[in-house]
Amino acid sequence: MTSVLYDAPGPRAKRRNVLISVAFFALLALLAWFIWYKLDEKNQWAWALWKPFTQSEAWTTYLLPGLGNTLKAAALAMVIALPLGAVFGIARLSDHRWVRLPAAWVVEFFRAIPVLLLMLFANEFYNRYTGVSSEQRPLYAVVTGLVLYNASVLAEVVRAGILALPKGQTEAAMAVGLRKGQTMRSILLPQAVTAMLPAIVSQLVVIVKDTALGGVMIGFTELLNARQTMAAFYATVIPSFIVVSIIYIVLNFMLTSFASWLEQRLRRSKKSTGAVLSAEDMEELNPAAVGGSFGTGGEGGGLPGSRTYT
Amino acid sequence: MKLRKVSAAAAAALVLSLTATACGGGDSDKDSAAGSGSGGGDKIKVGIKYDQPGLGLKEADGSFSGFDVDVATYVAKELGYDADQIEFVETKSADRENALARGDVKFIAATYSITDERKEKVDFAGPYLLAHQDLLIKSDSDISEATDLNGKNLCSVTGSTSAQNIKDEIAPKANLKEYGGYSECIAALQSGAVDAVTTDDSILAGFAAQEQYKGQFKLAGLKLSNENYGIGVKKGDTETVNKINAALEKMVSDKAWDKAVTDNFGPANYKNEPAPKIGVIVK
Amino acid sequence: MFDFLSDYDNPTLLGAFWMTVKLTFFSGIGSLIWGTLLAAMRVSPVPLMRGFGTAYVNIVRNIPLTVIIIFTSLGLADTFRVTMGSDDFKVQGFRLAILGLATYTAAFVCEAIRSGINTVPLGQAEAARAIGLTFSQNLRLVILPQAFRSVIGPLANVLIALTKNTTVAAAIGVAEAAYLMKTMIENEAAVLLIGAIFAFGFVVLTLPTGLILGWLSKRLAVKR
Repeated sequence: MTSVLYDAPGPRAKRRNVLISVAFFALLALLAWFIWYKLDEKNQWAWALWKPFTQSEAWTTYLLPGLGNTLKAAALAMVIALPLGAVFGIARLSDHRWVRLPAAWVVEFFRAIPVLLLMLFANEFYNRYTGVSSEQRPLYAVVTGLVLYNASVLAEVVRAGILALPKGQTEAAMAVGLRKGQTMRSILLPQAVTAMLPAIVSQLVVIVKDTALGGVMIGFTELLNARQTMAAFYATVIPSFIVVSIIYIVLNFMLTSFASWLEQRLRRSKKSTGAVLSAEDMEELNPAAVGGSFGTGGEGGGLPGSRTYT
Repeated sequence: MKLRKVSAAAAAALVLSLTATACGGGDSDKDSAAGSGSGGGDKIKVGIKYDQPGLGLKEADGSFSGFDVDVATYVAKELGYDADQIEFVETKSADRENALARGDVKFIAATYSITDERKEKVDFAGPYLLAHQDLLIKSDSDISEATDLNGKNLCSVTGSTSAQNIKDEIAPKANLKEYGGYSECIAALQSGAVDAVTTDDSILAGFAAQEQYKGQFKLAGLKLSNENYGIGVKKGDTETVNKINAALEKMVSDKAWDKAVTDNFGPANYKNEPAPKIGVIVK
Repeated sequence: MFDFLSDYDNPTLLGAFWMTVKLTFFSGIGSLIWGTLLAAMRVSPVPLMRGFGTAYVNIVRNIPLTVIIIFTSLGLADTFRVTMGSDDFKVQGFRLAILGLATYTAAFVCEAIRSGINTVPLGQAEAARAIGLTFSQNLRLVILPQAFRSVIGPLANVLIALTKNTTVAAAIGVAEAAYLMKTMIENEAAVLLIGAIFAFGFVVLTLPTGLILGWLSKRLAVKR
């Protein structure tokens, strides 16, 4: 596929492209060699450091329970944040000023504050003013921080999802005599949820990534924190770090791929109204989100039918 | 299309939960307070460290090992709990006072130095071990005095008393790197990024004895401070303190203490101080 | 009520937020440059570069920033001995944090710019080619100047996210706002007040950014 940015390469351009490719490849190879050499110099490739990962105990005792906690916190945060987000998203669409404005303030406030601050605050708050046990507290604090932030992001997703529906839907509902609440419940929300699904899945990636903060800063025993206990036993610091990074990449890559699969499937669906809130739209709402389209020639984002550059 | 049904269900769930959010939020499976006195079939919760070889370490098979663990097991037995009735809980340094005050654990044996500041918040039984802040250095290093440290690169754990000691007294001009755990510091020492790792000699010895690091490091033997390890108990629980003190005395007299020392510090070649007298705190 | 603030001099409250601003500023510039290069790679005629750009973005966006930041300290500084031109761990930590933040944010800048490139009508590129511009001329003189104008909104969002993300630098001991808040909140009685102070600080930092850049993006938008 040729791009509109440049002409189809002729013989000279082809030669030049090959040259650039070779130079770029050499650069990448140099970088890879540097990393390999430095690790080798510090003896980090020693089999003894990597052997633990071939043993089932390393996984069952340290990494998998850690991963379990990561997923648990992420799932809890999503399950609690979603309905909260829906409430605020719908409140922001209210016809009444006194509902719309406070909802907007709350949403904008929590979107402006770093998740880490929310977690630190929740951790200390539970510590002083509630009876949450010191074992459970980090989980509570992490989930609270994630819920406050993500509910406000999801509020925007819900709002955008509802606004993305064709106007005719509301008008038709009114024409058959449905009340505002009924229109929202039985017409708009079900369709908006469909449109929102890809965006919600990609928000899950953001949540999974943010749980790591709780592991480092408030001692929540998620994956990154479990790595530390593991490193103390096996004395394998750098390798455990690399393995944990790969776990995160694989996990989030699966979620991202699922989101883009969902998005494409919804776009093709003939029965739906065609309104889909893609991962790309999410970047407007929450730049920390991960887009769903892969490759350079993918049909991911973009309007159907229109040609794009990438 | 299947997806439509799924999203319809999701929407229904959303609507349902909309009405239920007010009362929802967080499950409240509150653990019953740790072993509240009565022995018998109850469990006892004991706070230890999970990441300190030789003192408190979570092994690959899920069991726990180390001197603190052995002491805790002995004490628990004297309090009327068998080994299988003990539930070990990780108590990170910053969480120890809270875990006791809240009653999350019955007692804590986690390299817990007795200090006046901590005594305001918790009660201590013991001490059961006298350790000293020391330096772990490379085998070929020539650091032999605390004054050598100014201008050197040091590593310790964030918020630890050892880190504070360095900053305030021992070597204010030292370049201090702080990590969340000691294994990161040891890795930095191994690669040469820092010249010494500093904390209690008992902890350092455990790391130095690990297979991956054998022969690479040594203790400088500086005795920069006295750390009297005590067993932390909830403030005001004098009964438990007395029971634990009696247990510790018995542990020393029936040589179980010596055995725990040989088992845990022997491989590390750690020259420990003799068993401290209960209630005598070496300043 | 605010008496306790004067007990903290390493860093002070203002010093901590100044550190946050510095982190944001330098890693913002770094990620803008690196992100633009990545975006150029992703639309370039060289397949290997396109592949690299895609792989970079998809890998970096899927790793927690916390992991990247800690890796700069544990991996780059300790293992690779990349000292960033300073042996002082404080300075080193600051520079490593900037490097980590820029590495991470560049992936998002790249995606924002790529979507900006897609808003430029194809006719522009076709016309540029028709008058004989090469790929790099096309990009530099025609596409990017227009893309940047339409991309100010999305980039503003990335900048706001970056401002908030600088708090992760506390994980390697950089004395910025979250680091100070952690120390304060553990030692002082006024938990709510401390929470409010730091929340206010971030609202002050991020709100004007959003408003000013939002206004700018409307003003500069290419009228079509």
